[in-house]
Amino acid sequence: MGKALSLVVLLVLALGLASALRGPSIGAEANRGELLDDQKVNFGRRYNSRAVEETGASNVVASVLVTYRGLDTLGEVTVLFVAALGLAVLLHTGRDRKSGKEAEPPSLIVFTGCRFVFPLILLFGAYIFMHGHLTPGGGFQGGAVVASGFLLIYLGCRGRQPHRERLNAVESLSGAAFVVIGLIGLAVGGSFLLNFLPQGSPYALLSAGIIPVVYVFIGFKVGCELGGIVGDLSGARR
Amino acid sequence: MSFLTHYVHYIGCFALILIGLYIVLVKSNLIKIIIGITLIDTGVNLFLVSVGYIRMGTAPIFSQAEGAGRQMVDPVPQALVLTAIVIGVSVVALALSVAIRLYEHYGTLDLRRIRDLKW
Repeated sequence: MGKALSLVVLLVLALGLASALRGPSIGAEANRGELLDDQKVNFGRRYNSRAVEETGASNVVASVLVTYRGLDTLGEVTVLFVAALGLAVLLHTGRDRKSGKEAEPPSLIVFTGCRFVFPLILLFGAYIFMHGHLTPGGGFQGGAVVASGFLLIYLGCRGRQPHRERLNAVESLSGAAFVVIGLIGLAVGGSFLLNFLPQGSPYALLSAGIIPVVYVFIGFKVGCELGGIVGDLSGARR
Repeated sequence: MSFLTHYVHYIGCFALILIGLYIVLVKSNLIKIIIGITLIDTGVNLFLVSVGYIRMGTAPIFSQAEGAGRQMVDPVPQALVLTAIVIGVSVVALALSVAIRLYEHYGTLDLRRIRDLKW
């Protein structure tokens, strides 16, 4: 598309967005006043006032993500899984397996440094996804940190690569465990992903029922999945 | 002036969306187009989070620390954006793999040259 034409399109779009700003104010700031009565449903206000007693998690975002909207999170995990699958199919099928030039082995300092830092990164990721119901963070964030550790291994320790079969096994098993937890809720209380474990006292590590359990599984799954994506993109041999 | 202080985050995210759209429309390098897509993604996420923002509100996380009891921002857009970030990552990963295959097949990332090839 021509540059002038696209600039015209963008100008029209910018004018439309600017006119949206000139109207009545939007967002939660507008809802705070009298614009939204209490008898109308405001999910944010409701979750903020009731989530701790209903789920036991002090992180309201985590309780929204895992209990109130747990099914959406399952769908999100599925999208990530399908994307990883499509990426592996795109990058590994119908491709002449050219050996290429062997990657140069890293220097001793880089190799040792990577091997030293890698467990610390895994530990930090595990800390983030275990405390997802108490602090900012959660399964996806912790999984991303774990995957950054795998990226370090792929970049720095070319000699030794993560075991792909084991990564895939951990990923599949934790994904299945997420579904099984949901099905146990269905069997016990009649709704999928029901919070069937005791809530415990708020602000404690072992509280909030299934939220930390689900987050640990999501953390394992996302970490292994993103690690596999990083390995596929970096051209590692399976 | 109060208009700016009220709407500065909206202006910022609309600017991000427009810049990303400009890159997608004008540039012909595939990697740059993917960067534009991520810019649009970031702009939309920023818009969603700022819709749920309340001035002087804190993060929707209860704690026993000082300053608890201030009004909290809306947690629903934050959970939604958490989902959207993950979806965005998977879209970018898939787009990058398509770009890798295109580069292997055509030897270039320039969209004009890829379009002109007959097959």
